Amino acid sequence: MAEVIVKTDQVVKEYRMGNNVVKALNGVNLEIYQGEYLSLMGPSGSGKSTLFNMIGALDRPTKGSVFIDGQNTSGLTTSQIAWLRCHKIGYIFQSYNLLHVMTALENVTLPMIFAGLSVKERNKKGEELLELVGLDDRIYHLPDELSGGQRQRVAVARALANDPNIVLADEPTANLDMIIGREIITLIKRLNQEKNVTVISATHDLKMLDVSDRIVDIRDGVVERIRNRDEIELEVGEVTGH
Amino acid sequence: MANQNRGTIGQQIELPFSESVRISYQSLMLRFGRSIITTAGITLGIAFLVFVVISNEISTSIVGGSASEQLMDLGEEQETGISTKDKWLIIMSLIVCVVGITNSMLMSVTERFREIGTMKCLGALDHFVVILFLLESGFQGFAGALVGALIGFVASLLMSLANFGLDIFMDFPLLSVLLWILGGSVLGMLLAVFGAAFPAWRAAKLPPAEAMRTEV
Repeated sequence: MAEVIVKTDQVVKEYRMGNNVVKALNGVNLEIYQGEYLSLMGPSGSGKSTLFNMIGALDRPTKGSVFIDGQNTSGLTTSQIAWLRCHKIGYIFQSYNLLHVMTALENVTLPMIFAGLSVKERNKKGEELLELVGLDDRIYHLPDELSGGQRQRVAVARALANDPNIVLADEPTANLDMIIGREIITLIKRLNQEKNVTVISATHDLKMLDVSDRIVDIRDGVVERIRNRDEIELEVGEVTGH
Repeated sequence: MANQNRGTIGQQIELPFSESVRISYQSLMLRFGRSIITTAGITLGIAFLVFVVISNEISTSIVGGSASEQLMDLGEEQETGISTKDKWLIIMSLIVCVVGITNSMLMSVTERFREIGTMKCLGALDHFVVILFLLESGFQGFAGALVGALIGFVASLLMSLANFGLDIFMDFPLLSVLLWILGGSVLGMLLAVFGAAFPAWRAAKLPPAEAMRTEV
């Protein structure tokens, strides 16, 4: 069995809505292995985005713990959390979240600035990453001058900026059409295999099933079931018409 | 490559100040249209303040200076220096200035919560985000206030010329006018930084997930 890279232990997350307390997560236990492609699936409101935020150290759990690479994130200082986000985890968002005043290259190199790389190092690495995602002719374009698919490619390149162990993708294809969405998925899968990066993706895009090693179904704030790739292959054929 | 530093968590490094200055300057220039609108609020506030104060200085110096004898008939209400009405006008203009600038900065930071959340995802430290916004608002505040102070000065000069004619140059309060222009610019900068500080600090403290979720 491969090494565990992320582990959640009885994670509970509550939100306050006026006088009501809403339990978005209600005791999630999950182990994610180094190098796997894992999809978190579930309808909206199921808590998958909340879980995504917990795994990515983007929010703190109300109860329970999240371990990233063996470290309990609740015991870390803000500086260590920042380091973790910078070096260990790459993020891809539904709405790309590129800084629109920065060119593609500057967006990709921003995490490298935070990691302390020199101008020369980061420009070289940024260009390599943009070439990797097939945007070597667009490096000086602003996000507004790029199509949705191209923006998401920039975001993928940015997620890989500091050679993370984990790439977190929150609905990466939700704003893209069928064909472009598939291209992005193929790209992420390729990087998953070539670089042995763990990919954790929150999605309800059925195209994602194709490439996932495991699928975790989230419902009402708990893990409903975990399926392996071989258990789902048949279903996929029917759903996507291949 | 991906597995370096396994199992250890480092401390995030501090960025050199020059890097922050570069990023904030670039952000201002590329957001020029939006910056102008924010800055216009500052410019107007300071222009009004400087206009009121300098007009007062000029008329006071005429009344109190060598030209006063010829203007005795004009000077009834100005003979005690700054009149109560003018004092209120200055206080009012200060209030307009403070509220206007704070509001502009509040809006311009709040609409960028998502950006702040994104930066934190990429490894930005809380105080880096705060410094970035303070620098931006400082540049913006100073530039806007300087323009405002000059506009206010020119306007007060024109008005005084219309009221008193060329006599204003006989005993022109050059030093205090210059001081007010500089003071107004610095005041504008301080107010802009002050207005930006609170929302920037609040956004930087939020967990990134929450900052990105925040709707303006």
